[in-house]
Amino acid sequence: MMLIPCPYCGPRNQIEFTYGGDATLRRPAPDAPESAWVDYVYLRDNPCGPHDELWYHGAGCRSWFKVRRDTRTHQILESATIDPPQPADP
Amino acid sequence: MTQSWRLPEGGAIDRSRPLAFDYDGTRYEGYAGDTLASALLANGVHLVARSFKYHRPRGIHSAGAEEPNALVQLARAARTEPNTRATVQELYDGIVAGSQNCWPSVRFDAGAIADAMSPILPAGFYYKTFMWPPTPKWWLKYERAIRRAAGMGRAPGVPDPDHYEHQYAHCDVLVIGGGPAGLAAARAAANAGARVIVCQQSPHFGGHLFGIDVGSIDDRPAADWVDGTIAELTERADVTLLSRTTAFGYYDDNLVGAIERLTDHLPSPPAHLPRQRMWMIRAKAVVLASGAIERGIAYANNDLPGTLLAGAALTYVKRYGVRLGTQAVVFANNDGAYGAALGLHEAGVRISAIVDVRQESQLGGALPARARATGLVLLPASVIARARGRLRVSSVDVVPRAGGAAKSFDCDVTAVSGGYSPAVHLFSQARGSLKYDPMTASFFPDASPWPIIPAGAVNGHFSLAEAIADGEAAGAAAVERAGLHITGSTPAPPTRRANPVAVEPFWAVASHHRRAKSFVDLQNDVTVADIALATREGYQAAEHLKRYTTLGMGTDQGKTSNVIGLALLGEQLGLSIPEVGTTTFRPPYTPVTLGAFPGHAQGPHVEPTRYTGMHAWHEEHGARLVNAGLWKRPHSYPRPGESEDAAANREAHNVRENVGIVDVSTLGKIELQGRDVPALLDRIYINRWDTLQIGRCRYGVMLREDGIVRDDGTTSRLDATHYLMTTTTANAVSIMQHIDRLLQIDWPELDVYATSVTEQWAAAALSGPKARKVLAQLVDIDVSNEAFPFLAVAACRARIANGDISARVFRISYSGELAYEIHVPSSQGRVVWEAVLDAGQAFGIMPYGTEAMNTLRVEKGHVVIGSEIDGRTTAADIGMEKLVNPTKWCIGKPLLTRPALNAPDRWQLVGLTAQRGAPMPRGAKLVADPDRATPNPTLGHVTSWCFSPNLDAWIALALLSGGRSRYGETLWAVSPLADAKVRVKVGPSCFIDPSGERLRG
Amino acid sequence: MKRYSIFSLVGNALSGHQNWPLAWRNPSPKKQYDVVIIGGGGHGLATAYYLAKEHGLRNVAVLEKGWLGGGNTGRNTTIVRSNYHLDPNAHFYDLSLKLWERLSQALNFNVMYSARGVLNLVHTPAEIDAAMRRGNAMRLNGIDAQFLSREEIATRIPNLDCSPNARFPIVGGLLQPRGGTVRHDAVAWGYARAADSLGVDIIQRCEVTGIRIERKAVSGVQTTLGDIGTSKIGIAVAGHSSQVAAMAGVKLPIESHVLQAMVSEPVKPVLDTVVTSGAVHFYISQSDKGELVMGGDLDFYNSYAQRGNLPMIENVVSGCLALFPSFGRLRLMRTWGGIMDMTMDGSPIIGKLPVSGLYMTGGWCYGGFKATPASGYVHAWTIARDEPHPLNAAFTLERFGEGRTIDEKGAGPYPWAH
Repeated sequence: MMLIPCPYCGPRNQIEFTYGGDATLRRPAPDAPESAWVDYVYLRDNPCGPHDELWYHGAGCRSWFKVRRDTRTHQILESATIDPPQPADP
Repeated sequence: MTQSWRLPEGGAIDRSRPLAFDYDGTRYEGYAGDTLASALLANGVHLVARSFKYHRPRGIHSAGAEEPNALVQLARAARTEPNTRATVQELYDGIVAGSQNCWPSVRFDAGAIADAMSPILPAGFYYKTFMWPPTPKWWLKYERAIRRAAGMGRAPGVPDPDHYEHQYAHCDVLVIGGGPAGLAAARAAANAGARVIVCQQSPHFGGHLFGIDVGSIDDRPAADWVDGTIAELTERADVTLLSRTTAFGYYDDNLVGAIERLTDHLPSPPAHLPRQRMWMIRAKAVVLASGAIERGIAYANNDLPGTLLAGAALTYVKRYGVRLGTQAVVFANNDGAYGAALGLHEAGVRISAIVDVRQESQLGGALPARARATGLVLLPASVIARARGRLRVSSVDVVPRAGGAAKSFDCDVTAVSGGYSPAVHLFSQARGSLKYDPMTASFFPDASPWPIIPAGAVNGHFSLAEAIADGEAAGAAAVERAGLHITGSTPAPPTRRANPVAVEPFWAVASHHRRAKSFVDLQNDVTVADIALATREGYQAAEHLKRYTTLGMGTDQGKTSNVIGLALLGEQLGLSIPEVGTTTFRPPYTPVTLGAFPGHAQGPHVEPTRYTGMHAWHEEHGARLVNAGLWKRPHSYPRPGESEDAAANREAHNVRENVGIVDVSTLGKIELQGRDVPALLDRIYINRWDTLQIGRCRYGVMLREDGIVRDDGTTSRLDATHYLMTTTTANAVSIMQHIDRLLQIDWPELDVYATSVTEQWAAAALSGPKARKVLAQLVDIDVSNEAFPFLAVAACRARIANGDISARVFRISYSGELAYEIHVPSSQGRVVWEAVLDAGQAFGIMPYGTEAMNTLRVEKGHVVIGSEIDGRTTAADIGMEKLVNPTKWCIGKPLLTRPALNAPDRWQLVGLTAQRGAPMPRGAKLVADPDRATPNPTLGHVTSWCFSPNLDAWIALALLSGGRSRYGETLWAVSPLADAKVRVKVGPSCFIDPSGERLRG
Repeated sequence: MKRYSIFSLVGNALSGHQNWPLAWRNPSPKKQYDVVIIGGGGHGLATAYYLAKEHGLRNVAVLEKGWLGGGNTGRNTTIVRSNYHLDPNAHFYDLSLKLWERLSQALNFNVMYSARGVLNLVHTPAEIDAAMRRGNAMRLNGIDAQFLSREEIATRIPNLDCSPNARFPIVGGLLQPRGGTVRHDAVAWGYARAADSLGVDIIQRCEVTGIRIERKAVSGVQTTLGDIGTSKIGIAVAGHSSQVAAMAGVKLPIESHVLQAMVSEPVKPVLDTVVTSGAVHFYISQSDKGELVMGGDLDFYNSYAQRGNLPMIENVVSGCLALFPSFGRLRLMRTWGGIMDMTMDGSPIIGKLPVSGLYMTGGWCYGGFKATPASGYVHAWTIARDEPHPLNAAFTLERFGEGRTIDEKGAGPYPWAH
């Protein structure tokens, strides 16, 4: 069972968390073309190696945060709070 | 019979405590401290089992968890247990056990016909036959016979009477293995101030030292050192010693699963004690002192009862004081086995010969020298070509390796040692790589990215002094890896000696007897010939070999056989063992009782159960309860003699005629506060929210990112910046997460705070033409239609039996009648519920359950998650396209333009009325022609259905291809499962009061 | 190909089994093939077999980076069924079941298709409706299905806890009698042997490291054994589809997740039917050897590690004991993990990719093993004719952009939810 370092609470057992998927996705601008939305909703890099992903500490502080984790080994390389939002793609 | 093979003295058994037991119907006696295996051997019982495939007679082969043969059925009423290893089952008074996989008895087993037929049953034979007659039915017949022959013990037929518990633990250093290396590591770590846990799989610490006098430490007997170290560790508060505890799996981030057996050795387990405790130990560093497992050598008939691993033979003699037989042959490729020869000799077992594969010149070690000095016969450069005997070995044929005539040696015990395989299982599970040492023919731990440090025999240190030194060094290293400060210098681990027990790799004796089998895997009856056959046929990857022959797939998971199999594969292919590769060491290390995994999460606690504030009232009033996710909800309230369906119809009818009340506490409730709540709502609902006034509520629909409907519910504006959102019961948790995610990741600039209050508020819906009259008696606000119109919301005081409490009232309607939702703190749910019923008594109020609620909403054409909103429907599909606000963006909207989501043949929501009063079949599909041959194209399906007591007809909601253009058409609702078909007429989905006069009135 | 039969077994017994031929050759790769299949699991081998058998394409190579059947073909719970609600799934998986029914004979290799029935338990009135809706859809599609009452289930499976007081009381179940199990390893071996005998080169320990593309069409692959030219490439590497497709610059709607499975120690027959329950997320069957084979949910995070964690094992066993309380004293013998291609609608992707000459079969989510024959069949058809077979026409990569997702569960574009 992974030990996930919540940036607010410290390391906690994986069972306290919910997985949120790829953290690199950025929601397109409201008026972006349909194809941009299709890519955003459906396509994934799905890397075999370090993966930036979101986790939710549902049984703890209820925070979403980012984890960089190696999908080949489950080794967690780092975790961080959510950065200020980036502007959507033009 | 009384222990005629027990030595007059010696052993770590308690001779003052004789224990009676029963094996295969015969009564025997053993002593406290025995295992079932040692007690059987003390009574001269070697034949205990029949093998898996050929039903060959088998005896006790090892003295530990690696046992391949001696699997027995514990007969213990409800506590019966198959496949118990007799070598680890501690003897207790009255134990009843027996052999398995044999009939009528272990001595005369009809299944042994398989052995006679074995020439046509080589590895993988079943892939080549049983294909005729060529129909699946015939394979089922063959399979039935095969399945009956296979399997081993019998599963219990009744629920397990025992219970199990979980224990989470944290420590600096976890030491796996309580032998000399493990104890030395634990002491070193504890001395450095680490919190230490030590797991030892057998009942006693000391590993192979326990009960066996092997050497001395600091001029004291080794056992004294063990006792002293244990005493020292026991005194420390920060050291936990767990005996009878097997570390079975190494999981991510240094979590080790370990299973502690608390009552398996007790004649009558006390009810308060869990049978087993599953430890989940999160360690900062782990010392793996798991030892090494002896392996055998394959030769013809090396499976005859009386054939043991040499180390096991020594263990039985020394630890248990069992004289294994009258005369023994020892067969070895290393010095270690000579200890067994000497031990057997000292116990009065005549040593017919020590057969050693090594040349004379290699026998210069201390132990061979002692054997020679004792006068034992050594036959260097020789092998056992074949063993003879029927139910027990009676002699062996020995031939020189260089060739020559066989010479027969009588024996009733054969002690074999083919070297030692380090128990690297957990190291490998810790993503550790292994290194093959050709000299000792063993895989040793190499490197792991995790802090796991091997020590002792697993690390190649077989001598006592080295093991202890290695343990001390590993303990100190573990402390450092755990991040603790070490005072003084860390001791250096001893240098691994090149070949500590002088092994010469040797795996199998070439057989000249075609029908005599040389076994590699005793449990699964895999022979040397099977491995050659697999290789010949191309199953040459290690995993192919394993899967084709079933090598190492038994309950022992190949602990004594895998390396031999790989070596033989390599020999066949002309490759070295590392080139052949290893198979994966999958958890668990030894089999773990299923019941221990869920611990107490069993029976009623398999999942948590959620109850509403009114639950006790429902139970007391005869509600029939059904699961709704984890919740328990009333389905209906049948009166004595009334069926559930009749009750639901009565309840539904009463809502339309008078008034009813239903518990809707399970709805998800989310409080939203902040200036930007309308902005959030605008982005997550398809409709518009910035226009919602204080004291009003609105229905909303949420989409997924792909434009498909996700959830629906109402949101109320309680105050300027204070809102309450309700979600469906099913999606309460996921919508809360969704909102948290949006607010924290996507739109942190929004000034909105969200919190779930599902548990905090009980809710009841009061519905029916007389609802207002009931409510008026209950609350302190004006509930007239003018003052409190449809979609109004207000906070108020609600009168209860002795006073009043604060409540919220919402004028919303799911039933289509004049209706109100009343929300009160959960703790007040029941009193308010009762207060409503009291107030409504004069108006004919009845409680109603989910079934009547369903009838009412079907009549009204209201959709529900899971039925109409099935994860594939768009808002337009369910007739809510007008709700999609064209002037704003919301989640899911951009993808609504995709062509297939706007096709004219989309399945759309319609209402169906069964013709001529026929009942609507369950789960019906809609077709144009019910009698058409399959595949009969489906036009749609019924999503919800009911008998409408108010329309006196069977009606349904359905999703129908191009449905809204089919109003007035007649189709068939069919259920081939129920052999039912009904003509249905298509119409709008709302059957009652389409203009909404009732709910607005 | 020397045929296997009871007679060949007896004949070879006389010669001590010394004369069995190799089940497949170990050829070195040629410079050029008409078709290269990447992935030597069941799907890749089946594709090669049907290319040779049905389409006369015999200059075909199957490239496998490890050993045949070493991916999910050897890491599943061996269940086969076609009990689907949506038409594209139902038709496709029923082709598979029809192929399973005759596969032992077609391949002359006993894959042990055991039509012992697959029973989906239902626990609430709403689940009865959903199960019957699915069963009726199956029946209209010509697929066998029966709805069993609680009493019928209790008689058929005596170990099952059918008491109304159970935490998840059983109120009925949907049975597909033709569903069952197949001996998983035998599928890879049987297809390999049959394909090899038709001239297909099966090359193990040959990892594809790149896909060569010239003028928007594939021209070959780079491998650890050198470059191999070809104008058609079929990808059959479920679990790693994203990686291989990326070699051709194609991004897929797939995430890789680990799914665990486990077996108990073997015991005498106690369970003759495959039993599943959606409510407790659990499925179980008993192998011919006697082991109880169990599985449940994903571990719920992206993974290529082929190793799972304890919480999901707890969940699976907890589900097991909720349904079968008498199994509590049996022991768990072995656990393992496989990597699933989880797609955004829970259905596979079988067909052409947006590079000429590039095809794939993958995105199987939990369901790949049972699809093996049909997947190979329609994949081969698509490769041979450069157009989909009617039965995989719906499983395109483009369906996501077009809004034609095939979402059996209705779980939406959240791959771990399927």
